[in-house]
Amino acid sequence: MNSWILKLQETFIETGYDQLMLKGLKNTVILTLGALCIGVFLGMLIAIIKNFSEGVPVLKPFAVFCDIYVTVIRGVPVVVLLLIFYFVILASADGITVGILAFGINSSAYVAELIRSGLNAVDHGQTEAGRSLGLSRFQTMRRIVLPQAMRYILPAIGNEMIALLKETSVAGYVAVIDLTRAGNLVRNNTYDAINPLLIVAVTYLIMVILLTQLLKLIEGRLRKHDHR
Amino acid sequence: MITVKNLKKHFGGADVLAGIDVTINKGDVICVIGPSGSGKSTFLRCLNLLETPTGGSIIFEGNELTGKKVNLNLHRQKMGMVFQQFNLFPHMSVLDNLTCAPLMLKKCSRAQAEQKAMELLGRVGLADRARDYPGQLSGGQKQRVAIVRALCMEPDVMLFDEPTSALDPEMVGEVLDVMKRLAQEGMTMVVVTHEMGFAREVSNRVLFLDEGVILEEGTPEQIFSNPRSERLRSFLAKVL
Repeated sequence: MNSWILKLQETFIETGYDQLMLKGLKNTVILTLGALCIGVFLGMLIAIIKNFSEGVPVLKPFAVFCDIYVTVIRGVPVVVLLLIFYFVILASADGITVGILAFGINSSAYVAELIRSGLNAVDHGQTEAGRSLGLSRFQTMRRIVLPQAMRYILPAIGNEMIALLKETSVAGYVAVIDLTRAGNLVRNNTYDAINPLLIVAVTYLIMVILLTQLLKLIEGRLRKHDHR
Repeated sequence: MITVKNLKKHFGGADVLAGIDVTINKGDVICVIGPSGSGKSTFLRCLNLLETPTGGSIIFEGNELTGKKVNLNLHRQKMGMVFQQFNLFPHMSVLDNLTCAPLMLKKCSRAQAEQKAMELLGRVGLADRARDYPGQLSGGQKQRVAIVRALCMEPDVMLFDEPTSALDPEMVGEVLDVMKRLAQEGMTMVVVTHEMGFAREVSNRVLFLDEGVILEEGTPEQIFSNPRSERLRSFLAKVL
């Protein structure tokens, strides 16, 4: 036990690599949160366009575009997407910006689908009741359908966030020092393979456990208002 | 109040409505009866355009509803609708169910909306349930709340789509009582129903729909006591 602590000190503290690891953790969190914001925003937009397009012919072309977007994004590996953004589309931007955009856009396709299925899970009678009272499509969506869809959507978005957190571990491909990349650098420079990687793995695990607990809390709150 | 001319609706290849003509006057209580699949509900749902007709016209208070430029939301505020499955908003309390649309669409304060809602709720005997959620109510109570929800918008006409069909038998009466009172107060009503007793007692006109057309139309007396067509006679023989 004592020798292990000494080894840790040698690998991280004496070399100053503990700071590198912290920086990596910070970048991982920034990437995840940034991408989540973009993903949820774009995903919500796509889902609502697709949902509204069913009765509004003007929106049809947009809905077709959204379909193509979702198909393409879901069909391309996120690493490839990341590389295309870094080397082609945004060749002059820094890795973090590119990462947030690429992971966000990748996530938006999945978020769009899960929001759409959440909206579809709400009984169509709810929409009809809202519209029959004279509420517009948008008012019905905002006040009637979306609040009810949230109980399906929020847990799913939580899962997406967990997936996203782990997906960002490929950010190293575009020169971002995220948690994984930091651990790998330490391994490379200290020839201590097990400890840096172990710490990386445990850090991800802890973050995922925390997120899961947060989700459970939110789900519990959603259920509290359930009087079906 | 509502004039329906040659109303048609087809789903895929099937003609659900094959040309309906009817005029609904202020104060009318019209019951629509007929076998299942005859197009009763579709007819009712076409009146406020929940179902888009494929042909014909619906003129409500002088406005052609099937036109392109018409503001449906505005006209729907004047047409209350009650559904077979109640369709109360489960995430809102009874009171919020009632005040939600008036607060969003009418220029009234929360206090005014709540006062109106409480008064109407009191008249259906549910004032003490205002803070409850729909899931805590029985079917009959839900449907009474649904009727009040439509009334809170102060509509000129009320559309009922089989309002008692999803209820346990012992709860049918309480809902029909509310509807009967509404009719007596002069509300214009169109009721799709299987309750022949209600149709006979409360309505002033009965439409018998079969295969998408009005096969027979008349006073309850004419329809129930002197049915002219063989189809209506056999229908009544089965349901009465």
